[in-house]
Amino acid sequence: MDTDSRARSGAPPTTGDEAEVDVATAAPQRHPWRWVAGAVILVLLAQLGHLLVTNHNFEWGVVFSWFNAQSVGRGIVTTLELTVIAMVIGIALGVVLAVGRLSHNPLLRAVCGAYVWFFRGTPVLVQLIFWFNLSALLPRLSVGVPFGPEFVHWNTNALITPMLAAILGLGLNEGAYMAEIVRGGLLSVDSGQTEAAQALGMGRTRTLFKVVLPQAMRFIVPPTGNQVINMVKATSLVSVIALSDLLYTVQAVYNRTFQTIPLLVVACLWYLIITSVLYVGQYFVERYYSRGATRHTPPSFFEFLKIKRKPEVAP
Amino acid sequence: MTGTPLLRARNVRKRFGHTEVLKGVDLDVYPGEVVVLLGPSGSGKSTFLRSVNMLESIDGGAITVAGELVGYERRGSRLHKLPDRKVARARRHVGMVFQHFNLFPHRTVLGNVVEAPIGVLREPRAEVTDRARELLAKVGLADKADAYPRQLSGGQQQRVAIARALAMRPRLMLFDEPTSALDPELVGEVLGTMRDLAAEGLTMLVVTHEVAFAREVADRVVFLDGGVVVESGAPADVLDNPSNPRTRAFLSRFLAA
Repeated sequence: MDTDSRARSGAPPTTGDEAEVDVATAAPQRHPWRWVAGAVILVLLAQLGHLLVTNHNFEWGVVFSWFNAQSVGRGIVTTLELTVIAMVIGIALGVVLAVGRLSHNPLLRAVCGAYVWFFRGTPVLVQLIFWFNLSALLPRLSVGVPFGPEFVHWNTNALITPMLAAILGLGLNEGAYMAEIVRGGLLSVDSGQTEAAQALGMGRTRTLFKVVLPQAMRFIVPPTGNQVINMVKATSLVSVIALSDLLYTVQAVYNRTFQTIPLLVVACLWYLIITSVLYVGQYFVERYYSRGATRHTPPSFFEFLKIKRKPEVAP
Repeated sequence: MTGTPLLRARNVRKRFGHTEVLKGVDLDVYPGEVVVLLGPSGSGKSTFLRSVNMLESIDGGAITVAGELVGYERRGSRLHKLPDRKVARARRHVGMVFQHFNLFPHRTVLGNVVEAPIGVLREPRAEVTDRARELLAKVGLADKADAYPRQLSGGQQQRVAIARALAMRPRLMLFDEPTSALDPELVGEVLGTMRDLAAEGLTMLVVTHEVAFAREVADRVVFLDGGVVVESGAPADVLDNPSNPRTRAFLSRFLAA
């Protein structure tokens, strides 16, 4: 580069030996604090390991003997059942409420808004206890003409089992949270997408399910994964209404044997295992809904399972 | 032009809040005609185009497409606003191409093109797929059928959007500044596709700033300013010999550039 062109390109004047400078030969950056932090963490981990091994109150033998116990297994099944049913209700209700809150109908908007306001505004534990004690408010439930004759009726006490109370409490509460998540997702889709769908003659329902919702899923799935994991743990609240989920089962055992800590460890281990599996599942659901969102497509679950082939060498 | 117009707009008025965007637009588009709408930004050309397929509702006047009133129906002696379902039905015959393409990013190129003919027109999948592949070949993208829109350049995306609209076999195609969001070197491929469609006799109403395209392809150029049609006629007359001072002022900026 001569002086003239340098002046024209606006580069600062240099001493003239820049030809020998090459950043590729630069010394690697040093990170002394990383070594310090690493040492501190190592010491803390060693202490934790020491505590786990030497503290006899953990009673690891008791942990392992109860880990596979049949009663604990039944508690896990109840916890999983409850999680799945409450989440399915929550998600379905959430979609309906979110669409309602974005509707053109002001009455529908208000009703859906009020639902979200109420169920998000009261503690889920209180809601659970409320549903469990519904018979104190309404001893009889019936279906019929409003203010007119009844067709069928039930005794509330017999109808609302602990399981149903738990499903109602967790599912209806979840619906309020899911509504906000779904609404946020729907709003994040560009309005041009709706216009393009409309211009092709698609109706509102088709536009929602074929165009807007699939794109909104990308924004809905991560917080929903959060909600599922929250739900796994929130199901432990149902132990207050005597439903034998995972926590209630281990409580029942340690109330008898006084092995409180090891049994709580059993419960924690199982909650961790369940949430870890969900965490991996969420990754692949997210991947599915990010189709076309980026130029490069990462492998799908089935591609992921296959052994990666070596890249072929071009001839 | 002879015969009855495919699109007839009479005294179309539209306001957004206190701003009157369309102040009585009259416009006819005859079958097989290519009409280019020119005008400065804010002149209401996009709003008018969008009101032709009810993406905007109008406040006064009337638009008919193929003899059918857009957005309203006559029952007895009064007009009634059409329900959404019937509006959607009417839109099937009018194709639209947007400035920002608005392809469905979660569907492949082929998926974008076949979605509405299968889902809305209920045509058999195999038949629609064949037609879609023909249309993609026509816009020069036969090899991109399985790509996702975001893997394509802007010009390619816009050509897919054109194929998607054509798959519905529209009687009228609306183009809303189809090249305004494109890099300059990609504008040509989209205009080339549109030129081919015009040569095939497709009825087109085009909002654009491409004066050269208007001169070459349009049967008629309509100049819109301040919400009214200021000038209308053959491209040679309007572009080279504008009688209205506002048209002259607008064109001088483009021709000088």
